[in-house]
Amino acid sequence: MAFSLAILAGLGLAIVYWRGGQTQIEGALLAVALIGIGGGLIYWSKQLMPPAEVTEPRHTGPSADEDREAVEGSLSEGEERLARRTLLGRLLIGAAGALGLAALFPIRSLGPSPGDTLYRTPWRAGMRLRDETGRLVKVDELEQDSFTTVFPETAPGSADGQAVLIRVDPSALRLPADRADGAPEGYVCYSKVCTHLGCPIGLYLAATHELRCPCHQSTFDVLSGAEPVYGPAARPLPQLLLEVDDDDYLVAQGDFTGPIGPGYWTIDKGPEGSGVDPL
Amino acid sequence: MKLVRKGVEEIDDRVGGASFLKRSLGKVFPDHWAFMLGEVALYSFVLLVLTGVFLTFFYEPSTREVTYDGPYPPLQGEQMSAAYESVMRISYEVRAGLVMRQIHHWSALVFVAAILVHMLRVFFTGAFRKPRDINWTVGFTLLLLGMGAGFTGYSLPDDLLSGTGIRIGYSALLSIPVIGEWAAFLFFGGEYPAPAFLRRFYALHIMIIPGLLIGAMTVHLMLVWRQKHTEFDGPGRSEHTVTGTRLWPNYGMKALGLMFVVFGTLSLLGGLFQVNPIWLYGPFVPYSASSPAQPDWYMGWIEGLVRLAPNWTEFSVFGYLVAEPFIPAVVLPGIFITIVALWPVLERRFTGDHEMHNLLQRPRDAPIRTALGVAGVTIMAVLTLAGSNDVLAKFLQIEVDTLNEVFKWLLLLAPPAAGYLTYRICRELRDRDEHPIRRPRRVRVRWNAEGGFDDVEDDAPPGAGSPGTRPEERV
Ligand code: FES
Repeated sequence: MAFSLAILAGLGLAIVYWRGGQTQIEGALLAVALIGIGGGLIYWSKQLMPPAEVTEPRHTGPSADEDREAVEGSLSEGEERLARRTLLGRLLIGAAGALGLAALFPIRSLGPSPGDTLYRTPWRAGMRLRDETGRLVKVDELEQDSFTTVFPETAPGSADGQAVLIRVDPSALRLPADRADGAPEGYVCYSKVCTHLGCPIGLYLAATHELRCPCHQSTFDVLSGAEPVYGPAARPLPQLLLEVDDDDYLVAQGDFTGPIGPGYWTIDKGPEGSGVDPL
Repeated sequence: MKLVRKGVEEIDDRVGGASFLKRSLGKVFPDHWAFMLGEVALYSFVLLVLTGVFLTFFYEPSTREVTYDGPYPPLQGEQMSAAYESVMRISYEVRAGLVMRQIHHWSALVFVAAILVHMLRVFFTGAFRKPRDINWTVGFTLLLLGMGAGFTGYSLPDDLLSGTGIRIGYSALLSIPVIGEWAAFLFFGGEYPAPAFLRRFYALHIMIIPGLLIGAMTVHLMLVWRQKHTEFDGPGRSEHTVTGTRLWPNYGMKALGLMFVVFGTLSLLGGLFQVNPIWLYGPFVPYSASSPAQPDWYMGWIEGLVRLAPNWTEFSVFGYLVAEPFIPAVVLPGIFITIVALWPVLERRFTGDHEMHNLLQRPRDAPIRTALGVAGVTIMAVLTLAGSNDVLAKFLQIEVDTLNEVFKWLLLLAPPAAGYLTYRICRELRDRDEHPIRRPRRVRVRWNAEGGFDDVEDDAPPGAGSPGTRPEERV
């Protein structure tokens, strides 16, 4: 019975496939065919061959004592013979060690050295802001409390240059003193890469002026310099200080105020010997 | 069958395997439904390999930019990686491609689930005790490898959801003190999102991890073969015998049947239940994230740890930063993994039990272990739920923040409560009279030839279950 069902399903599968295929029917027919065979086998093993329970002794556990002794004996005998040539043995160990060390180097070529890449983004002083649609952002273009994603003019779609641009009421801003001049007309701009695990921050809660990361709900206060106010993120989002150029475009004053994204061991040190400010 | 016999004879002429076969075909397998869980994992793996090979013919591990011009209207004209496009092609253009892809994904989910349930069975029945402690660790390695295979596979379509997963993996690696930056760059081939990662994940997913899995599985099965299964105590059972059905034909036929049933069930899932619809997530773009973003279920507990950890787990030492994800995403899972991997050793240490065990325990007979196990499972359950707090919050119409507070309290209170309750229940059950192992022995008095009296154990009528004896009471 089960087997004949399987035959039918198998034939059906071939036909469906030949006629162009259809996911649900393919899956169902395949299932009928396979379960048919399987069910048939199980039924067969139950009916035709009544289970014969047997009991046998187990033979696990340690080997017989004389075998063990024999093995240990030949091992230590070999050891003694080797021990007579200590210098040779040491040289061998040295050679193997050196080779092992050398073998580590190809691993090194698996990845570039981090260098200063973790500290830099494509933003430079005077660079204009480009939004998702590719347009350059002019001052007076955004409504109050609106939110948009911007990129460096030269690197649209850039993963570490991505930033959020929000326009707020300038009088409500409570930025640290040294950043107060970085928000012309109430435009504040922060890195969009979450300082927790690096997700792009996609939600702006206009009522409370908070940015919220969709991944683990870290929340940052936009008015006070994107200090974390809730969730697992511990560091504020680095800010991109802005100014307005002669043609009324918004431009960056330089790179972000600190390294962007998730934390790492040397984040506060700056790359060694690179001369880059740890900021 | 004549052909088979001929074949066996031909081979035996050359390699002489008949004596081995004789022993193997007659091998005795203890039978219990719970012993099939490991088999289910094995058969899912076989199906993973079969469907996986099919998929490799069409998948392209490349981040090269292409424009989509396939039959799925919403994405036509969009820029995407060749990897994403090739998975779209498998789903929409390759005949039977989607069903293969979905069977593959479902098999992966079931593979990990079956290993986990199998492990729980082994844990709660004490099957991991000496001499099977080695195999416990090998089995756990299989679980970790399975999770690794799942994670790398999940990332291959290069869709928006998988991009989020990889980013989190990268950042967790980056957060490790001292070596983090180097490790992340070496592993991912540069700063996230480095284009090299796809090729690496592909190599890991189709060669390195499956190779290790096959190796570890071979060791696992060889050990089971050599040491034989454990069995439950009962009439006629002892530490020194094995009771069950012969491999051929009874056990073999049934196992083969089970394999087909597993294949069939997974085909049904793959055909009828949509999984990982990447066309809904869209291709990966570094500046958008999909919400809600959930990993596959077996990563949920780590996600939960990451979501619940307070941000004071980030701190500085001498000007160096120990970043927030390090403790929840690296240290805590590491501790948990170590405890589980070394459980047989730890238990031996605390109980001082260095004996060999071939008979299983009923969970109630080891109340402390059972209670600890239940507490552990509770921790995992709470964390997994917390890993999808945004979805739950939407579903329950509660603020995520409130829900998080609830989860933090639950994490603190639920595991000890569950553990204590389990302990009480185990004790209660164990001390009941009708416990089959503890049931008072029925003793008959016989008048012996010398004129004295002997105590003789009563032979219970067959089927009624004779009074079992505890192993240590037997000679
Ligand atoms: S990545 Fe933003 S909260 Fe975790």
